[in-house]
Amino acid sequence: MKLGTRRRTLLAFGASAPLVAAASACGNKPGGGADGATAWGLTGGAEEAMRASFEAWNDANPDNQITAEYFANDAYKEKIRTAIGSGNAPTLVFGWAGATLAEYVANDSVVDLTEDTAALIDRVLPSVAATGTIDGKVYAVPNNQSQPVVMYYNNEVLEAAGTGQPQTWDELLAAVEALKSSGVTPIALAGQSVWPELMWISYLADRVGGADAFNRVTAGEAGAWTHPDMLRAAEMITELVDVGAFGDNFASVVADAGADHALVSTGKAGMILQGSWIYPEFRTNAPELVDSGGLGFGTFPIVEDGAGDPSNIVGNPANFWSVSAKDSEEAQQTAADYLSEAIYDDEHVDSLIAIGAVPPVVGIEDKIAAADSADFLTLNYEMVRDAANFQLSWDQAIPADQAQELLNNLSTLFLGQQTAEEFCAAMDATL
Amino acid sequence: MAAPALVLFGFFAIIPLFGVVALSFVDWDGLGPITWAGLDNWKAAASDPVSRNALWLTVKLTFLCVLFQAPVSLLLGVFLAGRQRYRALLATLFFLPLLFSSAAVAITFTALLDPNFGAGSALDAAWLSQNWLGDPELALYVVVFVIGWCFIPFHTLIYQAGTRQIPKELYEAARMDGAGPVAQFFRITLPMLKYTIVTSTTLMTVGSLTYFDLIFVLTGGGPGNATRVLPLDMYLTGFRSYDMGKASVLALVLVVVGLAVSLGLNRITGASRMDSRSEG
Repeated sequence: MKLGTRRRTLLAFGASAPLVAAASACGNKPGGGADGATAWGLTGGAEEAMRASFEAWNDANPDNQITAEYFANDAYKEKIRTAIGSGNAPTLVFGWAGATLAEYVANDSVVDLTEDTAALIDRVLPSVAATGTIDGKVYAVPNNQSQPVVMYYNNEVLEAAGTGQPQTWDELLAAVEALKSSGVTPIALAGQSVWPELMWISYLADRVGGADAFNRVTAGEAGAWTHPDMLRAAEMITELVDVGAFGDNFASVVADAGADHALVSTGKAGMILQGSWIYPEFRTNAPELVDSGGLGFGTFPIVEDGAGDPSNIVGNPANFWSVSAKDSEEAQQTAADYLSEAIYDDEHVDSLIAIGAVPPVVGIEDKIAAADSADFLTLNYEMVRDAANFQLSWDQAIPADQAQELLNNLSTLFLGQQTAEEFCAAMDATL
Repeated sequence: MAAPALVLFGFFAIIPLFGVVALSFVDWDGLGPITWAGLDNWKAAASDPVSRNALWLTVKLTFLCVLFQAPVSLLLGVFLAGRQRYRALLATLFFLPLLFSSAAVAITFTALLDPNFGAGSALDAAWLSQNWLGDPELALYVVVFVIGWCFIPFHTLIYQAGTRQIPKELYEAARMDGAGPVAQFFRITLPMLKYTIVTSTTLMTVGSLTYFDLIFVLTGGGPGNATRVLPLDMYLTGFRSYDMGKASVLALVLVVVGLAVSLGLNRITGASRMDSRSEG
């Protein structure tokens, strides 16, 4: 769930090798001139808005230029880590916050931005700003759009099965039964990609146990995974798999090419839980369905006796900029000035909304209402604005080695090779 | 004359190899400080069920790959060694997969094997719409098939060349003695191809042991751990979990196993004494 770019990993894979080679040829000082600030961003996603933002800054500040380079998702992730570890990082470090940011902070690799970006943080929605804050200090500020995970429905398929959009867990189970009897896959799921499975357990754990269920994991509390709330969430996964909610062959479905949401737009499946970044693809692939109102969307169903706040959401609060502590003072100052002045200024906000991305900025309801597909963007914005807690994708929120164990164990849980108890016990062992 | 090659080999193979040996005794996540770990990484790798499963899968994959590729490419190679014009045309078609990159092949096969939108639904053939890459029992065999699809053309080429080297006089003599095509194949072609078989099988074995890119794109090691072979396990441990120490241990295991198998194959088959086989 690493923003829209993640689904392009496969395509990026082919192109990553030359990129790495090209980047490592740049030597110690990536990109820019002697003391200029540098930035590494990602290709795809909101790259266009990021390029426009840097161009506008460079035009207005000829003495404090920022040189930006762009990388494919996987290539970037492998490169940035060693670049930071060896002190060759760019001034502006693109990231996902979470556990990686905590590691940067623990190693003094990034600087405290609390004072420099106070004005910016005031304009950012609190649930998003919180993701870049560690121990009350700001180490990362958001730089693009929020991408909550949303339930999408094919209303035509639901109607044909005589059911509606489920608001509760029980209604979800009933809808699954109804959809099964009408001969379609109830819920599309890209099991081969594994990360879409994270969305299910993240939401279920939150609805059952509230934000605390996962906060215990990030805090490294012993027994966090075998806690009754987490166990209940894992059991609910098994329950869904056992009743055939995801069909028989979800483990063959790959998210990268959009084979999961294509099931919904072609009427072969009734619903899907996915990131807000797939909405533009619904518009492209199934314009009739979207225009006729056949595509429904909404928040994740509540669990009746659960402790979770129904406003809680999971997904990607945004991507973030941090400032490298190893760079020169001038470069750091240029970067901090850029962050406080140029991020989410009017042009930046407009350029994001123009590509269908919703920046996590307060008071932009009117701008969004005037945009294309205003109803979806408004849902997206309100979910983020009203969220009591915006849980960062689990695989980003915990250290990389634990995240890999999680993906591994989760896929075996979905395949039925592990029971809920075994899954929880295996995950407890990683803490 | 060998100096430039030796320098390159030393610089890009020997020195990194020592680096990997050193890394296998430390803890390093690529970001923080490097700390001495002693034999911890080795113990962790030896007791990790995922890595042990990966080693077993690698052996299984190698065995299945050779079992599938060797007979098919031998037969195809002998067939294509004929001088008939239609065989030349077929040869050109068969060699096409050699031109494609592994990543492209893997992405294409993922799309073809998609149970909902793949070849099965396009051709309206229900038997093609299996849970090919999602069934842990099936996925490894699908991987073996796709790898075979990629590499059989290469080995076919080797066998074709090998077969064409066999002196025609042998066949003429055999025909005069009344040997049919089957007898000719078993009595002349196969024995004369002995060293070609050794070469091709060694390449297949060592290649399958270290095979990575196609599996990475095709399944990513899934479903579950069903296709997480050793090279993939090494990559995921190093560049996804950022456990460089343990990944280095796995890399060294691969190097040692690869070298041992390739030397062992040479020893068993006597290829090291490969003598010249002139006619007659």
